Amino acid sequence: MKIDRRKFLKLASCTGIGLGLSAADIFKDTVEASSGHSAVSTAATRYAMVVDVRKLQTAEEYQRIVSACNKIHNIPTLIPEKDDIKHEIKWIWNDTYGHAFPDQVNYYHPEAFKQKLFPLLCNHCDHPPCVRVCPTKATFKRPDGIVQQDMHRCIGCRFCMAACPYGSRSFNFVDPRPYIEDKNPEYPTRTMGVVEKCTFCSERLEKGQQPACAEASNGALVFGNLNDPESEVRKILKSNFSLQRKPELGTMPSVFYVIGGEEYAG
Amino acid sequence: MYNGGKIIAGLIIFIALVTFPFYTNMGKTIEKPADLAAAPDELHIGDLPIGQMRAEHMMLLDKWRDEVVRGGQRYITYDGDEYEKSIQNGCLACHSKQEFCGKCHNFAGVNPYCWNCHYSEEEGLL
Repeated sequence: MKIDRRKFLKLASCTGIGLGLSAADIFKDTVEASSGHSAVSTAATRYAMVVDVRKLQTAEEYQRIVSACNKIHNIPTLIPEKDDIKHEIKWIWNDTYGHAFPDQVNYYHPEAFKQKLFPLLCNHCDHPPCVRVCPTKATFKRPDGIVQQDMHRCIGCRFCMAACPYGSRSFNFVDPRPYIEDKNPEYPTRTMGVVEKCTFCSERLEKGQQPACAEASNGALVFGNLNDPESEVRKILKSNFSLQRKPELGTMPSVFYVIGGEEYAG
Repeated sequence: MYNGGKIIAGLIIFIALVTFPFYTNMGKTIEKPADLAAAPDELHIGDLPIGQMRAEHMMLLDKWRDEVVRGGQRYITYDGDEYEKSIQNGCLACHSKQEFCGKCHNFAGVNPYCWNCHYSEEEGLL
């Protein structure tokens, strides 16, 4: 077939427009995610947690929350101190303001506040980066917003740990069983070579119970449906100023922190 | 024959290694679990005959684990009662790990890695 100059230019420009359109479509998600203004879940249920740090004052209160989770989920807590950094398993843990909110650069925040601890856990992001990188789909997002992990499918590649901006995932470098202090026969342990994290107590929710941390917190941690305008979490968020961890990353965290003034900083 | 001694010695070692499973088990009788023949047609939870349950429980457990972990359907209703599709809270609520699961697993020489995570209260963490 002979092709003249005019016909060639027509074809070339059509191809160019086509390629441009499909490229724009491919990059749309990426651009949305990186701008932090991507679409939010509109499902009937999106489970979320509000941490009201004003209600947490004593070390005992903080510890009770973490211990409740550790006990119920057979989390190894007896790991020798020298191995702690590498081998620590944590679903919910406490850390300082600077570590919890490194993006908060206002250096005039109350000093007492900067010393305060914050309970940190998996944010069950609406746009979870760990789910995007998992090569076996062991980690997935449930329709109710919980980012769940299927231990049976985890191959221990640790991509999710690299992807999670919150450090919410832990890897079992060793068999955790010898390090479990207080075992719960109703829940399995993990095996060496899998990654684990907070599940928002999905097994308790199915029985109509609250997550263990929320139950042990005396109302400091409130769990509920973020997409229900009448839920308690929404009411608290409506009437209080709250922070999310690293919201600029566009992960849309489902854990919110209600921050009080200096009088609350313990 | 060149190097005859070495070849014959090598062959003896080779044959000894290959036949190792046979002569170590020779003369030993591993008792077949007695209740294996019992009630193969009776139905078990999940509408499987017990005989089929013995042969295919691993497939059922595989299906159930996907339904529970990935589908969020933790309970099964059978004969009017609700049961949890769970090793620790379901199977082991009636069966003993050592007496029931272990008997056949030992007889068949299998060591399923279910027990790397799931455990029984009677045995504790092994």
